[in-house]
Amino acid sequence: MDWGFILERTFSTLFGVEVMVFALAAVGLNVHFGYTGLLNFGQVGFMAAGAYGLGVTIHYFEWNFMIGVVFGVVYSLILAAILGLPTLRLRGDYLAIVTIAASESIRLFVRWRKMKEFTGASEGLGEFADPFYETALNPFDVGVRYDFGPFSYLGRDLWVLTVGWIILILTVLFVKRLMSSPWGRALKAIREDEDAARALGKNAYWFKLQSLMLGGVIGGMAGMLQVIQKGSIQADTFNPVITFTIWAILILGGPGRTWSPVIGSMIYWTLIAFLETTLRQLPEGTSNTLEDTIKLSDFNISQVRFIMVGVGLILLARYRPQGIFGSREEMALDDR
Amino acid sequence: MYSGRTILKGLLALVTAALTLLGVASPTQAQDSGPVIFGSLDYEDTELEEDVPVVGVVITVSGADGFEATSATDDAGEFSVEVPGDGAYIVELDASTLPEGVSLRNADNNPLETEVNDGRDRRVLFPLTLGEGGGDDEGGSFSGRRVAQLTAEGLKQGLYLAMAAIGLSLIFGTTGLVNFAHAELVTWGMLTTYFFNFYGLAGVIGFLAPLPPPFGGGVNLVPAAVLGMACGGLLGWLINRTMFRPARRAGVSLIAQMVMTIGLSILLRYFMLYIFRGGPRSFGDFAAQRAKSIGPIELTTKDMVAMGLSIVILVGVGLYLQLTRMGKAMRAVSDNRELAESTGIDVERVISQVWIWGAALAALSGVFFGLDQVKWDFGFRILLLVFAAVVLGGLGSAYGALLGSIIVGLVINLSTLFIDAEVKNMVALIILAVALMVRPQGLLGRAERIG
Repeated sequence: MDWGFILERTFSTLFGVEVMVFALAAVGLNVHFGYTGLLNFGQVGFMAAGAYGLGVTIHYFEWNFMIGVVFGVVYSLILAAILGLPTLRLRGDYLAIVTIAASESIRLFVRWRKMKEFTGASEGLGEFADPFYETALNPFDVGVRYDFGPFSYLGRDLWVLTVGWIILILTVLFVKRLMSSPWGRALKAIREDEDAARALGKNAYWFKLQSLMLGGVIGGMAGMLQVIQKGSIQADTFNPVITFTIWAILILGGPGRTWSPVIGSMIYWTLIAFLETTLRQLPEGTSNTLEDTIKLSDFNISQVRFIMVGVGLILLARYRPQGIFGSREEMALDDR
Repeated sequence: MYSGRTILKGLLALVTAALTLLGVASPTQAQDSGPVIFGSLDYEDTELEEDVPVVGVVITVSGADGFEATSATDDAGEFSVEVPGDGAYIVELDASTLPEGVSLRNADNNPLETEVNDGRDRRVLFPLTLGEGGGDDEGGSFSGRRVAQLTAEGLKQGLYLAMAAIGLSLIFGTTGLVNFAHAELVTWGMLTTYFFNFYGLAGVIGFLAPLPPPFGGGVNLVPAAVLGMACGGLLGWLINRTMFRPARRAGVSLIAQMVMTIGLSILLRYFMLYIFRGGPRSFGDFAAQRAKSIGPIELTTKDMVAMGLSIVILVGVGLYLQLTRMGKAMRAVSDNRELAESTGIDVERVISQVWIWGAALAALSGVFFGLDQVKWDFGFRILLLVFAAVVLGGLGSAYGALLGSIIVGLVINLSTLFIDAEVKNMVALIILAVALMVRPQGLLGRAERIG
């Protein structure tokens, strides 16, 4: 077993694209759930809205990259409004049902044969991300591999990572600042006791809608960064497992805390990278007997990962709803 | 006072009897020669109102390792191609050998990808039509015949959905928990039944494999379905017993419990994918039935029997809720838990029963849906429909779930008159949104629940 390789892989993951994208999406979910108590089970829908807003604008209209980004944001906003308007007056479970249903409907819609001209249907879109890499701002050579101690990234990824981490850190700081403003304190009040907040003259519905929009836009940005890194948009990558992974990450870090999405994402992905590389590196003999007993293969290692996400979510929600480092005081998984 | 057990026994006897009557064929046993990919080609002559077989059409099957074989349809329009074994195959119909005026209803489906599993024969379909193709999926082709057919299919889907939705609604009613893993219980019933159908009890307990059927080999779909339903009930009991009852005792909040159901759903779904792999399959029995015409409607015998059965079962569930002690207790706890408890009802026992029967019904609905296709993520693909049905009917109301399901089934199928069949499930989302805006408590729900 090559422990050096395993550790190298694990370390490279720590600041990798997955950590960055999922942390950003989890920051959005943290605004929804951690600070406002909204049960959004369709965060992947916002990611898809952002990604397709970017991709379709550039691919179909052949417009400028930055206009694409603006459209990605606008699509996320529209989606949040559509989801929020009918549900936010009702009890929390209705938002949960509608968001999970909507995120799946979006996937069906963009892979619809008749949408091929716009969204590429099941074949997806490509070649929209080139301006991002070709810009004069990019100091890295796209094809070269850069090493920093234990970390090693392709120049192309390094540029996405630089931009992505800057966006992520700025967003986290922005959300932190926002949540200590009167607006953010109103959100927390609504999370704690909606009736009390309304009795004090706060328009809870409007605040919740704004929160859904803000978190949705952050999710949309995560979706954009993800497809920029991949260089293509595939409808089927926006499946509900993504949402549930984001939930696992958020609860891992502790909902309602500033840096919890980032920490949760780092823990989650290094754990996954460590387990996956270790499983793949198992010594010849062990690997064979293991394969005989549970039929492990490259193909279903990723399924084992999702099974573990499921088990992890159940155990966390049951025993540590405040997250590994969370305090019970900021714990949003409580009844309100 | 009827005892619940009597009604259940009667129901079970009815289910078994009806399905035995249907027992047309025992599972096609794996032959010494390899499995075949087969099918038949015909088109409907609208003037004669009968199916005309198409003769002499060339079908080519190609697979891995350069396998390729060709067959032409015989006088009955049937073809069959022997293949070397399990694996993915591509079936292509040579459109130039079709008679004049006949074309594929959906040209995108040719060539067709299919998969042979467990050495079983595989049926492939090439629906043909007189005149130009493309009629099936297109919205807008309006005819009385089509409306009748879609209504029948909508009713079928609605009835099956209802069996899945009732459990979801009752679990919500009695515990306040929205069970996002409920659709996985549908898949669970479908897959356990598939396993019993092909491997008998040995599918679960490996060392029984060398024993003779029913322990070693596959059993007929009917007993397999009963076993699958039992597995469903067992899983429901187990979930409540190991996860949610302790959680309720420990005072875990409903929101945290909801996140637990999310975890459970992804756990179950990928566990089933792990065991079952990704490809679509079909049960060993009744797989190759052809549709029969009743007036303007075409349905297969299995569909008709399954629809009849689901009506019987839903009526049985209604009687159970209406007449038996336990059924009344279920409704009472759904209405008001504290009040029910203070009248001496053992609430935890009621909840346990709701989980068992809700999961068993979901499992049976999976079996019925599985008559068309068995797939590891089937449940998730109808989750949207189940939720739309339950919300439309009113969360927490069993009869509401029934009504909502039928409406959702009918509306989404009839919607294909106007839109592509590919996106018909999205109509369920529209129903959901409209229901929430116009009448958030649902058709049969009470307003106090929503806020």
